[in-house]
Amino acid sequence: MDIYSILFWVLSVMAVGCALGVILSRNPVNSVLFLILTFFAISGHYILMNAQFLAIVNMIVYAGAIMVLFLFVIMLMNLNADVEPQKGQMVQLAGVISGGVLFLIILAAIKTAAAQAIEAKSTDIGLIANLGKVLFKDYILPFEISSVLFLSAMIGAVVIGKKEGGSLPNVSKVDEK
Amino acid sequence: MLLLQIDTALLIEKAILISVILMGSLGVAMYATWAERKVAAIMQDRLGPNRAGPFGLLQPLADGLKLFFKEEIIPDRSTRFIFILGPCLAMLTATMTSAVLPWGPDFTLFAGTVNERIVSLQVADINIGILFVFGVVSLGVYGVMLGGWASNNKFSLLSSIRAASQAISYELAMGISLIALLMMTGSLSLRDIVQQQHGFWHDGYFTWNFFKQPLGFFIFLICAFAELNRAPFDLPECESELNMGYHQEYSSMKLGFYLFAEYINMFVSSAIISTLFFGGYNFPFMDKVQAAVPGGVFALACVGALMTKVVCMILFFMFIRWTLPRFRYDQLMKLGWRTLIPLALVNMLVTGAVILFTMGDPKPSEKKTTEQIEIELKKAQAYNGKIN
Repeated sequence: MDIYSILFWVLSVMAVGCALGVILSRNPVNSVLFLILTFFAISGHYILMNAQFLAIVNMIVYAGAIMVLFLFVIMLMNLNADVEPQKGQMVQLAGVISGGVLFLIILAAIKTAAAQAIEAKSTDIGLIANLGKVLFKDYILPFEISSVLFLSAMIGAVVIGKKEGGSLPNVSKVDEK
Repeated sequence: MLLLQIDTALLIEKAILISVILMGSLGVAMYATWAERKVAAIMQDRLGPNRAGPFGLLQPLADGLKLFFKEEIIPDRSTRFIFILGPCLAMLTATMTSAVLPWGPDFTLFAGTVNERIVSLQVADINIGILFVFGVVSLGVYGVMLGGWASNNKFSLLSSIRAASQAISYELAMGISLIALLMMTGSLSLRDIVQQQHGFWHDGYFTWNFFKQPLGFFIFLICAFAELNRAPFDLPECESELNMGYHQEYSSMKLGFYLFAEYINMFVSSAIISTLFFGGYNFPFMDKVQAAVPGGVFALACVGALMTKVVCMILFFMFIRWTLPRFRYDQLMKLGWRTLIPLALVNMLVTGAVILFTMGDPKPSEKKTTEQIEIELKKAQAYNGKIN
């Protein structure tokens, strides 16, 4: 076993274990913390594949921004094990069945897909210079379209966040002063 | 077996460097608390701490000892593990950033002998250094958030929510203002950014990025204040509304960790600002000095130059704190979202346009970009080869 596979196994165990922790822990705040650890493990995998840029962006965007918002919402709602509504038996059964079906589909898809083994040690695609060139040369159209998608999502969020009166909730008060 | 291939000398060198940087930042942070009280005292026409040692210089030691010997109280209704995790995270993220900063130029040790080796005054030169800093900064808010939530106290919770929303809002403007700078440097490695600012004057213009990106610098500076939770942006711990804020329930050295982490953060962010905008360890006429003295002395002079800039920056942070009143919360959000982000976007657009416009006649720093990328790649490959 070289250091590469040792690190791979440590990170994999950490990722799977923390992912299990997300769904098994009763306290939502603990779930969020486990999810953050999962993201760290995945970032570690990116670094093993020599994709430092992806690793660090994964950390900034997911662990640093999105999970902060998650935590924020959970803290505001003050969820904890005591007040969490207990689901009925039928709902739990339905959840297990639908989740199991999704798992089956994923398994089937992975089985038939011709998985190409990545030469982890020799690839340089994850370095920022190469990634930028690939994104802005070969995939410029999908890249720009996805940015438009983000923009429309942002506008949608602003529209939903608007009050009935037509102006933004906080801003209107400030403007009057 | 790669485990056996590790260069022992390199390991020792890095271990020494890491301990020196860690001790240095702790020491600077310690005396920053003293300096803060002195600055406040002078500004308010008081004497400040003057009992322990000459000029009160032993005051930080006395404070630290006092915090260590205080009784430690963990609230009954708190979430114990996360309550303890909070200050640990705050301290951890505060000390992690200094790993990628170049503290001085390379110099040769034991020159002329068999053991000759080049010593780098940077713990890790990763090719995405500035993004690493950004990643750690974006994780820094967890310490405050978790601590505030786990305390099970309304003031703490409110304060941690304020801290989170403030951090997220100002990270955006900070990132966009950095993009303008990175478009000019063409590299994310802090070492490259510093080397491009060599000396002080080159080719009829200043080399320091402050003179090339003044607007970007001001946006970055304001965002740094907000990220540090320092006045005038210290909403998460404003006494008049939230008592003590997120560390209301903390006592003993856990409280000390929170307070101390703030000063370490101030030191590190001063170093980052100096590196990005004020030339890092570069100083005017450095070429003449380099020719006159041996390499080791020159490296020390460079470290001294960086530390001088850092101390000036810390003093500036303190002057701002003791002269400006605190923002109101809606003003803070309005400043972040409606002033700084559009300004940073405009700055980015103008920078991009200027770079595009002058591309026919590239400045040396811009001409090098592709070559630098190639060098980066080779370096990364070599590094990768070393790992595997």
